[in-house]
Amino acid sequence: MDFKLSEEHEALRQTVREFARDVVAPVIGDYYERREFPYDIVRQMGQMGLFGLPFPEEYGGMGGDYFALCVALEELARVDSSVAITLEAGVSLGAMPIYRFGSEEQKKTYLPELCRGEKLAAFGLTEPGSGSDAGAITTTARLEGDEWVINGSKAFITNSGTDITTAVTVTAVTGVKPDGRKEISAILAPSGTPGFSVAKEYSKVGWLASDTRELSFDNVRVPASNLVGERGRGYAQFLQILDEGRIAIAALAAGLAQGCVDESVKYARERHAFGQPIGNYQAIQFKIADMETRAHTARLAYYDAAARMLAGEPFKRQAAIAKLHASEIAVTNAREATQVHGGYGFMNEFPVARFWRDSKILEIGEGTSEVQRMLIARDLGL
Amino acid sequence: MKIVVLVKQVPDSGEERTLRADDKTVDRDAATKRMNELDEHAIEEALKLAEANGGEVTLLTMGPGDATDTIRKALSMGPDKAVHVSDDALHGSCAIATSKVLAAALGKLEWDLVLCGAESTDGGVQALPHMLAERLGVGAVTGARKVTVEGATVTVERQTDEGYEVLQTEGPAIVSVWDTINEPRYPSFKLIMAAKKKPVESFALADLGVSADEVGLANATSQVLEFAPKPPRQAGVKITDEGEGGAKLVEYLASEKFV
Repeated sequence: MDFKLSEEHEALRQTVREFARDVVAPVIGDYYERREFPYDIVRQMGQMGLFGLPFPEEYGGMGGDYFALCVALEELARVDSSVAITLEAGVSLGAMPIYRFGSEEQKKTYLPELCRGEKLAAFGLTEPGSGSDAGAITTTARLEGDEWVINGSKAFITNSGTDITTAVTVTAVTGVKPDGRKEISAILAPSGTPGFSVAKEYSKVGWLASDTRELSFDNVRVPASNLVGERGRGYAQFLQILDEGRIAIAALAAGLAQGCVDESVKYARERHAFGQPIGNYQAIQFKIADMETRAHTARLAYYDAAARMLAGEPFKRQAAIAKLHASEIAVTNAREATQVHGGYGFMNEFPVARFWRDSKILEIGEGTSEVQRMLIARDLGL
Repeated sequence: MKIVVLVKQVPDSGEERTLRADDKTVDRDAATKRMNELDEHAIEEALKLAEANGGEVTLLTMGPGDATDTIRKALSMGPDKAVHVSDDALHGSCAIATSKVLAAALGKLEWDLVLCGAESTDGGVQALPHMLAERLGVGAVTGARKVTVEGATVTVERQTDEGYEVLQTEGPAIVSVWDTINEPRYPSFKLIMAAKKKPVESFALADLGVSADEVGLANATSQVLEFAPKPPRQAGVKITDEGEGGAKLVEYLASEKFV
């Protein structure tokens, strides 16, 4: 039994930590305040190869594994979640479906520029009227000659409206299965295709320096060859993508939880009350000790899920556990870190205020806490 | 073109650093070790020159066994290979002895250009490039903020307090750089993984033909007799503006020779 990362993963962790500290931390608060997508930071993340971490070199990737991605997400999220979710969505929702299910031509066309971070792809699953009930989507795609004609809308789609967004993989109903259920398929819709419109940025509570849009499709015509994977396998495909994505979100949440510890330790040493640093008081020490305990267990949970996945073992339950636990403790740690900071914790210029705003969505995105509990219970035979 | 970059492992300058109580040398065990910051800029410049002109980048480090951590990290930025000079007898070597050892190591390597940081954050002597140049009979240009190489001609913008000087020398040459020269790259995961497989050649003193009685603390040309922690900072001067604040500020700045 060994919970240690390899030397290479540790070296990557160190590199991303330095990048987050030196490049992200000094400027991200301003991007956040301006609700601006940090193109310059994303470009540098691309140069470091972060967007290509889990992909093989033949498609422009770094030849690493999912662990490498998770470690990078954790270290970024320790400092900021907007850049972390941009990477997470770019890799595990944008590029991964193309890599896992795309044709050779789709992979050769899209993956190299996605791996370099020069372009971003997005994944359009959720709709204004269907989230957890993903089978209830109403977006349709019908085959007319050698073209798909897409109609419908998608909601809360990360990375779908940036200047560098190249395409969105959308799930759409493409027919009815013999058993009467919907046939769902995944189709690549290149940005800028006539009829494909991107609404303006949502007014979000958190993740303010990330890009989240509502998309609408009005008779959007794309080549039949834009089908990703098999027709009718869209539902099964995105379930697999979401299982993996949960581990990545757990890593991101563990990072946010750890960032809460980092900031609280720093503040508790500096801030004085009643004649001494507040870190001398048990009321604060115990809070921070509990926060560290939660962050540590969240990390172990995602390590375990990632290790199982990489070993080719079943990991669905462990991924759900990791996502559920990490996201819920991230919310708790953010709340407690804000408490440690007192009034300053409610001020946007303090990172913990950003962590607090950014944490809640972790219990919702890529499978709500309720969906995770349902998956765990189901896996236990209930 | 073949470039050698001198890389030194130093105690992290962002932390409390101290000297050892027993022999008054830098306490390396108590410190977090890292690559000398300016060396990262030297590596970046070497990689850029090699990328533009074709060529090979070799790292040269003199340091204890655990300096391999810094060598691996430096290799993950992209250099091709490294040479590690390590020998117990080197402990406590002064700058002059260090230059003798590094000159001997450079004598065993093929190179057109040697790049290094303008100073190390532990010693801060800044004289090593000159000493090496003297021993090797080549030109040295120090404190560069820009380096261009055309054929054998090396042109350097040398940063000064007032601006910069343009200096030229014929290679082979030794150039030291400041952090204004570039922004060092972050290693990619691909290079991190590749760094593990890159060759690191080890030299002991005997391999370089340097005798143990020419180096080390006992033969150092300078010696630390005593040391004390830096005195705590004094409170500054407070000038209250009562109509003549400006004049008083100028007076103060002039008395401290700031203007």
